[in-house]
Formats: sequence, structure tokens, C-alpha cells
Amino acid sequence: MTATHLGMPAFPAAAREAVRDDVLRANLRRATHTIRDKRARAVAELADWDRLRAAGKAVKDHTLRHLDHYLLQLEEAVTAAGGTVHWAADADEANRIVTDLVLATGERELVKVKSMATQETGLNEALEAAGIAAYETDLAELIVQLGHDRPSHILVPAIHRNRAEIRDVFRAEMGGWGRPAPDGLGDDPRELAEAARLHLREKFLRAKVAVSGANFMVAETGTLVVFESEGNGRMCLTLPETLISVVGIEKVVPTFRDLEIFLQTLPRSSTAERMNPYTTMWTGTTDGDGPAAFHLVLLDNGRTDTLADEVGRQALRCIRCSACLNVCPVYERAGGHAYGSVYPGPIGAILSPQLRGTDSEIDASLPYASTLCGACYDVCPVAIDIPEVLVHLRERVAQGGPVTRDGIRVRLRPAHGRTAERAAMRAARLLLDHPGALRAGERLLARARRMRPRRLPGPGRAWTDTRELPELPAESFRDWWTRERGTPQ
Amino acid sequence: MRVALFVTCVNDALYPRTGIAVVRLLERLGVTVDFPAAQSCCGQPQYNTGFRHETEPLVRRTAEAFAGYEYVVTPSGSCAAMIREHYPRIGRKAAAEGRGDALAELAAALAPRVYELTEFLVDVLGVSDVGAHFPHTVTYHPSCHGLRALGLGDRPRRLLAAVKGLDLVELPGAEECCGFGGTFAVKNPDVSAAMGTDKTAAAAATGAEVLCGADNSCLAHLEGLLRRAGSPLRTLHLAEILAATEREPLR
Ligand code: SF4
Repeated sequence: MTATHLGMPAFPAAAREAVRDDVLRANLRRATHTIRDKRARAVAELADWDRLRAAGKAVKDHTLRHLDHYLLQLEEAVTAAGGTVHWAADADEANRIVTDLVLATGERELVKVKSMATQETGLNEALEAAGIAAYETDLAELIVQLGHDRPSHILVPAIHRNRAEIRDVFRAEMGGWGRPAPDGLGDDPRELAEAARLHLREKFLRAKVAVSGANFMVAETGTLVVFESEGNGRMCLTLPETLISVVGIEKVVPTFRDLEIFLQTLPRSSTAERMNPYTTMWTGTTDGDGPAAFHLVLLDNGRTDTLADEVGRQALRCIRCSACLNVCPVYERAGGHAYGSVYPGPIGAILSPQLRGTDSEIDASLPYASTLCGACYDVCPVAIDIPEVLVHLRERVAQGGPVTRDGIRVRLRPAHGRTAERAAMRAARLLLDHPGALRAGERLLARARRMRPRRLPGPGRAWTDTRELPELPAESFRDWWTRERGTPQ
Repeated sequence: MRVALFVTCVNDALYPRTGIAVVRLLERLGVTVDFPAAQSCCGQPQYNTGFRHETEPLVRRTAEAFAGYEYVVTPSGSCAAMIREHYPRIGRKAAAEGRGDALAELAAALAPRVYELTEFLVDVLGVSDVGAHFPHTVTYHPSCHGLRALGLGDRPRRLLAAVKGLDLVELPGAEECCGFGGTFAVKNPDVSAAMGTDKTAAAAATGAEVLCGADNSCLAHLEGLLRRAGSPLRTLHLAEILAATEREPLR
């Protein structure tokens, strides 16, 4: 993925900073709990939620199983409707394709609809290097861009900011990018939105090129679909002359009718809305209506390799609703930046180590960034068993195993620094697999119970830094049973 | 009725009083309790940390230790979930890796016979009033694996509500994880402690004397935080409350 995230510290270290930041903790807590509760109410309204969820899962699974077929069908339909399809094997290729397309128009600036795929490829940075200015038009994305910040949430990229911080960013930065913030701008949400509206309007009316992603692509018709709630997407998708959409290959669905499922589950899961405010659909180009040129860049970037893994592939069902983030107790405390990827939270913890591999420190630590509490699985509208994938990826890190890289099946060795843990796990297992030895060990502990230390050295410190150790009993259950009942069966 | 008690390694070594409470409670309800000595640990720490191959001998051991019992009862939601949800998965993976079907068969044979304590009481014995007496204010934290993997629902709270003298107060944010998460507690100690501190603060704010749970590993984490903070709130396993009666109160 993007270079910004390389060299990130492992999750626990990054999370430590966030946990100690009281303002961030308060911002995140307020925001996630509000969305979480609203989502629960919106979902509870639908009597057939479980069936919608199962249907969404089934459609996605079917499509992924026949991805080769549907992608070709999509390409044919998009081409027939006047669009041009480009295939990008990785982030660099996608960025190169988009840069060349923009340069060919002669334009040096463009507007963007919020898109995870272009964040994943680091498109803005690539465009900047080619002398092209890309303006984000989603409000939260604008806040992040103006604040020289990184997004920390899939849907609400500036969730880590409160409104006073946003006002400060607008006042300080808007002028450098275009229309400055109005004099005396306050931190009332309506005032802030109006400032953004005025700032952005100028850009919408001037832009000749737009870049977007898409939530869905319909293979049968070649239709692309964008869900958004501010209307900025509608502007970007209709006003410019050239539209370039960068979309992950897993976003295809077979038929137009399949959308009826996701039109219900996506808005309720993401923003708790019954109906999505702005749903824009377009099929190729239409003379005199909307962009005259349409390019679709289909992005692989690790997806085909992920698809090869029987357990891990379910992550490709994700529709990026972010319900799993909003309900995650670890995300709520660690914040999105700690995940070192454009995909934070539970979905990020299973997606990044698959798309990028588990070689880096951050990627090897992500599968462990969860208590396996299962709240994410419960809310996921396409029933991704995130805890199952987390444990599966932990296995990949801890004991190694088969994985597909660039289409080739290879065997991974356990990640670095796991030897001590491995030895400890093995020793524990040997002890536990020999109840005689276990019993002797328990007795030894019982005899040493008076010496219960307040702080442990080494790895045990991680427990005793904040917690007392449990008091050791005088005898184990086993010994009690034997004393009371004689030898166990 | 005869059942096998799967006490779990944590309870065996650190919380024998919970195991003893389960024995007393079940016997009081007319159940004969066996303790198969070959049992040890379900392998959850190994499995959840990513050492599936190290888990396999423990799957085999556990399945063999409880062979022949129609009911295996355990006072731990996460160990019950491990056996019910993950044992079959581990078995299937071993078979897929070309190591035969034996493990999968053992796992499939054991999984449906394992009951978490409150499931056994409510679903199998069909009781919610177990005749307990515990004159204290109690709040209940449902641990995640019991809550979401097993779907225990309101069984634990129904059992508590029927205890004589017990004043059950709702725990705000009860369904949020306490932050223990097995090795998570030491691999991500800061987030773990932050989650635990929020949980204990919510529990303390209820004014309860006792924070009750049905998984001693979660309680060990919460108890450790409470004691370090010098809080008077004490943690107790549900079984110990249910075992307490007027004649034999909790010591
Ligand atoms: S994993 Fe599921 S809950 Fe999380 S963003 Fe994707 S679809 Fe939504």
C-alpha cells in the first residue's frame, strides 16, 4: 500500500500513544458510541436483517468464486457503454495509469470523491509528484487533507478531530488551497459545513477531471455505484469532462438486482440511515449528459492473492461500511492511526496483513490487535467472521504456513522474534499434556504462594504494570478433589 | 444424572474455589459429578496465539478424557466456545493438511456434549432458581465468548435474579469486552488495561459490592486492576454465588 505507512511501529507501541491522549480518547468514544447506538436502532427496524445479511454474504461469495467471469463481463459492458477499462496489478500501476490519463487531458488539477482504493494506492502523493493537485471534496477528507493529517476511519476519516480542532484547521489552511475560511469562523457544525461548501463549490465548478472509487460495479450492465451523504460525490461524478474511477476488483456484483440487498444493508450499517442520501449510478458515457470520457481502473493490489486463501478470502466480501470499527473496543481506544494502514479497525487488522503480507512489524502485529471479542462479526452486514480470520493470520505469523504471493504459492516461515514465544507455548503445552507434571508444578506454586511478587520481570511485567497477580490457592482443584473424593476417575 | 466436570486449567490452578462451588452446586441439584483426571487445558491460549499445531495434542487429550460422558460441564464460556466452535475447525484443518480424520472425529464427537455451566443449569436441568442465598448487591459482566460465541443470552442473569437476597444491578455497557483477551492482555497491555479500567469504573459506579462473571480469566484481569487501584469492589465467579446457601454461605 502507500509509502506513508511503511516503517510504522508495531500496533501495541502505536496504540500506547493513543491510549494516553485524553482528547483523542474522548473524541473517539463520543463518536463511536453515537454511531454504534444509531446503527443498532436502524438495524433492529428490519425484521429480515439476518436474511439480508445472509443474502449479501451469498452474493459476494458467489461473485468471488467466479470473479474471472464477472470481471470480463463487466469490462465488456463498460466498454459497450462508452467507457474504457484499464487493469492495474498493483498500486504503482494504478497510479501510473491515472497520472497518464490526467496528463493527457492537459489539466493539472482534479476533484476527488472519497475513495478507499486511491488512498490504498497513495494516488494523491503520486499525482502531486507529477505536478497534479488533487482536491478531496468529502468534508472529513477535506479536513484531513487541509490538516496534513492521515485518515483514521473508513467513513469518517477525521473522527479523531473535534470541531474546535476542525475550525483551527480551516482557519489556518483553507486560504492556501483556494477560498479562505470566512472571517471569524466559529466551531458551530453548521458554520463549518458552510465554510467547506463555499470552499469546495469553487473547485467543483472549475474542475475538468474527477477521480472516484465505487462501492459497487454491476457486471451485467457495466453500471458503477457510489454511496455518499454530502452531495459532493454527485458534483464530482456529473460536472467534470473526464471521470476516472479506481475500483478494487472485489467490488463487482453480478446483476443490478443484487444492489437491492446492499442498498438496504450498507446505509444502515455505516451511517444508520434508512436510505442512503446520495446514490449515484452511471453506465459508461451519455452524449450531452455528464462526463464525456469515462475510465475504469480495476485494481488488484494483493486481492487475487488474498482470494487464494480459503479462510482469509472472506475479507474480500467487505463493503466498507465501517460498522466493525464503530463497535470495536480496541479501535475505540487505540484510534485509527495505530493500525498503520488506510484500513483501520477490525477489517484493517485482517485486510492489511493479507494485501501487504506479514513481513513488516506493523503487519505482523495487526492480527493480534484484538481481544477476539466478536463484536465486529456480530455487526458485519456480510458476515465476515473477523475473529476466525484473525486467528488464521496469527497462525501465519506464529507458525508460518502456505500463502500466495504474486500468484505463486509459497510457504512462509514463522515471523522474526517469535522463537521465545514459540518455545514458551511448546513448554506450556508439554506441561499441560502431562497432568502428572502439571500437578507437581501446581504444588510447587502453592508452596511459593507467600512469595507472590507485586511486579514480575520480563514479559510478565506487561501484566503486573497495571494489575495485581491472582492470589495463589493453598491447593489446586485436583488436590482438593483427591483429598475429598479419593483418586479421580 | 452423571456429568463430567471440565474444571479448566485456570480454575484448577488459580481458582479451585470455583471448581468446588460447581461440584457443590451440581450435587445439591441431585447431579453426580465425576472429575476425569486426564483432563488438562483446552488449548485456547495456544490456539488463539496462532500455534494451532501445538493445540492438537490438547484437543486429543481433552476429547479422550471426556469420552463416554453425555454431559461435560464447564464453568467457563470461553473454554466451552473453544471446544464447540474451534475443535471441529482444528480437526478439519488437520485433515486438510493430510494428517487423517482422527482429530476431526474426536472433535465432532466431543463438541455437542460440552455445556457451559449456565446452559447446563437452564437448558438441561431446566432450573433458574437453584436455591441459592447471597444477600449482596451484584452486577454482572457477560464475557464475550459466552455472550457472542455461545449465545448465553440472559441465562446467567436469570440465575442471579432468582438468588434469594441478591440485588442485581445492571452494568452499563455490559456487552463491551473487558480487555482481557488471553495473550492480548500482555501483547497489548495498554489497550487491555484501558478497556479493563473502563469496565471496572462502570462496575464501581453501579454501587455493587460484587462484580460477577462466568469466566475467571476475565475476572483475574479485572480483579488485578481493582486490587491495584485499592478498590473495595470484589470479583466473584457466578458458580460461587449460586453455590452459596443460607446454611452454607460463601466463605
Ligand atoms: S468488515 Fe464488515 S463490518 Fe467491517 S467494514 Fe467491512 S463490511 Fe463493514
